[in-house]
Amino acid sequence: MTIILLIIFLGAAGSLLIPRQLDRHKGILLSLLPLTAFVFYLIKGYHMKQVGPEITSIAWLPQLGLNITWLFDGVSLLFLFLVSGIGVLILIYSNSYMKHDEGRHRFYFFILLFMGAMLGLVLSGNLLVMFLFWELTSFTSYFLISFKHEYDKARQAAMQSLLITVMGGLALFAGILLLGQMGGTYELAELVEKGHLIRFHPHYFPALLLILAGVVTKSAQFPFHFWLPGAMQAPSPVSAYLHSATMVKAGIFLLARMSPIMGGTPEWKILVSLIGGLTMFVGAYLAITQTDLKAILAYTTISALGTLVLLFGIDTQLSVKAALIFLIVHAFYKASLFMVAGMIDHKTGTRDINLLGGLRRLMPKTTVVTVLALLSMAGLPPLLGFIGKELIYEAKIQTPGIASVVLILGVASNVFMVWVSAMFGYRTFFGKLGTTPKVANEKGWELLFGPSVLAFGSLALGLFTNSLGQLIELALSTVRAQPLHVEIHLWHGFNQVFLLSVITVAAGVFLFSIRQKLLPVLAKINSRFFAYRFADLFNRLLDNFVKFSKNKTAVIQHGYHRFYLMTILVVATAFVWFQIYVTRGWDIQYDFSPIPFYVLVLTLIMIFSALTAAFAQNRLTAIISMGVIGFGIALIYLFYGAVDLAITQILAETLTVVLFVLVIQKMPRYAKFSSRKSRVRDAIIALSSGSFVTILVLNALQIDYNDPISDFFIKNSLPGGFGENVVNVILVDFRALDTLGEITVLSVAALGVYTLIKMNKVRK
Amino acid sequence: MNYTILVIAFRYIRFILVFFSILTLFRGHNLPGGGFIGGLMASGAFIFQALALGVQSSKNSLRIKPSKLIASGLFLAILSTLPGFFAKGVFFAGTWVKIPLLFGATLKLGTPLLFDTGVYLSVTGVVLLLIFTLMEEWKWN
Repeated sequence: MTIILLIIFLGAAGSLLIPRQLDRHKGILLSLLPLTAFVFYLIKGYHMKQVGPEITSIAWLPQLGLNITWLFDGVSLLFLFLVSGIGVLILIYSNSYMKHDEGRHRFYFFILLFMGAMLGLVLSGNLLVMFLFWELTSFTSYFLISFKHEYDKARQAAMQSLLITVMGGLALFAGILLLGQMGGTYELAELVEKGHLIRFHPHYFPALLLILAGVVTKSAQFPFHFWLPGAMQAPSPVSAYLHSATMVKAGIFLLARMSPIMGGTPEWKILVSLIGGLTMFVGAYLAITQTDLKAILAYTTISALGTLVLLFGIDTQLSVKAALIFLIVHAFYKASLFMVAGMIDHKTGTRDINLLGGLRRLMPKTTVVTVLALLSMAGLPPLLGFIGKELIYEAKIQTPGIASVVLILGVASNVFMVWVSAMFGYRTFFGKLGTTPKVANEKGWELLFGPSVLAFGSLALGLFTNSLGQLIELALSTVRAQPLHVEIHLWHGFNQVFLLSVITVAAGVFLFSIRQKLLPVLAKINSRFFAYRFADLFNRLLDNFVKFSKNKTAVIQHGYHRFYLMTILVVATAFVWFQIYVTRGWDIQYDFSPIPFYVLVLTLIMIFSALTAAFAQNRLTAIISMGVIGFGIALIYLFYGAVDLAITQILAETLTVVLFVLVIQKMPRYAKFSSRKSRVRDAIIALSSGSFVTILVLNALQIDYNDPISDFFIKNSLPGGFGENVVNVILVDFRALDTLGEITVLSVAALGVYTLIKMNKVRK
Repeated sequence: MNYTILVIAFRYIRFILVFFSILTLFRGHNLPGGGFIGGLMASGAFIFQALALGVQSSKNSLRIKPSKLIASGLFLAILSTLPGFFAKGVFFAGTWVKIPLLFGATLKLGTPLLFDTGVYLSVTGVVLLLIFTLMEEWKWN
């Protein structure tokens, strides 16, 4: 398990090292990685029925319940097949699609990184680890959406999707922590056994809400659905892979995982099916009025995701079975349609269905493949989509309680789906030849390979349902947490469900035939109530938030260094003086060792230079006087044996003076001196803060350490650290991690200064 | 502008500073010194040159970019954590090798020295990057 994941992640890094000569075949070469994974899972999955689920665990931070646990069971197997299998096809497709793109190396890197994250996500048996991968998929999605980052729109869409999914991720994390507290573990396998405990826990409802927030945002459920159409800014392979077949299904995966733990309660049923039902309907409805091929597909994806959520919300054995099958159905047809849409875009230069048309003459093979995929989307026999839709109807009819509402919404959505499928196919491939920027052709087998495999796969799986049944059986047994037997048939006989299907198709075709009259009306309604409203609202919210924080920052971060210093000193002085007053801190027993003569002289010199600095008439005098104080302190260190400190002080002081001199020579002379009033104010602040430091230092002498930590260092320095210089041994051995942190901070600060100054120059 | 005194002084002082900075680094484990102090001293040498002969001249004698110094310093520091990890399973665990020399003396080499070298390089790089950038910005010389 671990090794396969490592291969993918290392492959992502390694993809950057592929020599230039092999550039033309990069996608095909890299597709070997997911192919290896797919074959591996296929072999392991073949034996799962006899062996049962496999759990491997590596301790990472057991104190926090954090173990890298791989849970290889029916549900993960289903998702692993989808992620790795479609991954192979996508990479082959990308080989041609991205061939002439400047950023293709970046593309392959991120898509492999995503693939690894997604495989890790569906394999995770520990909620915390799952969350890590969950976030990683969000980030890789961000980089892939903003792939064409020179376009404002792409950046905006990427930011939007990132903000929404990450906010959901944050909620999910809180939910996971709550769940972990309730169950006392983060291991999924153990949580399933404690399901009854969790469902009756007082924290059950908040945890459910938080986890659902993660699901709703990740799987683009209403009212957070708007990021998904925006995400269509990504290159088509990304849309096909992340935003239809895999990443957006992560929320569904989480529902499948949570179902045996948190499912079955009224709260779960009502909330989940409500969200799912609404999304299903809204997505399908909004799909009709779109004219961009990818936007149409995005909205139908939203609808499909809604259907999946709804089915998990209904939470019967039948509905979960329908959900699992529909998951595969949808991944098959939607990934192939997205690839076709990308191909059309690539070959004709447009994705607008108003410009396209009659492509069947130029792209005959593509037409066949697309029609098959569309038939699956419309749910017509003998394709896999038909089985999916029949099962969904059956599950909806048997929904306890709210069957009628669910059914009406479901039939309406499916009518829209049929309509959309007809429109997609007809407007693109039939009718008159459209006037497109480029004349289309079908060259490049890679482009058509993926869609054909998936489309004919839908057909094959629809006709030969045996192997599919076994996979679903494994997954369903996992979700329902009991061994079940599943058989899938294409033909269920003439019954209620079949009647509904006939009505759906008829209504869809009918609506399509009168679209000329309907569409303008709908478009008007949509533009008034729906279109882009959510995205706009979100953007405005974001803008206002930025404005708000800008205002606040402008007040706090005024940019006057002297006032920053003043704020710090006044606050510190007030607090410390208060404490000194409360504890009578000025009662100090003076018990000093005699002060040597030269120290006294040194101190007097330092006091004198401090006064000189305060009353200096120009900057250079002030700086040099300050330097004298610094060197004086270094000498005092030296007198009392702190040699390392003294050297450091001298060097730092030298550098500071050099820096100061560099700065001031570019500054104007003192233009005006502080007014009398502000000088008095400064003097008061300086004296009171100086005096509290003095009192603190004198008090520090009085403190009686029972067991000073320095003893430990002195004792262990030579035997443990092989060094006689205790200060150095502390720095490079005992406290090396601190030192590493410090030099890192220093480096970042230096790079910050460098960038600020150099960037400023570029802007000018 | 030409600072004659600085230019003449620099000829001797830079060599001394660099030499002593390296000496400080190596003796740091047993006597006052170490990577941090050594780094400050080394950077002092090159700042001196930059003041006397200009940033470009100093950059030329440094030969390596300050940013690369920082990077290699951090790299060495991280590298020094690994032997302990592989030998004892703990990051940062000091690992020492004793190399016998002639006349019964032994040379002790350990990861803390490697770490300190990392500190030395990164501190030098940081200070030089800061000062060079500022001096270039303000067109010193």
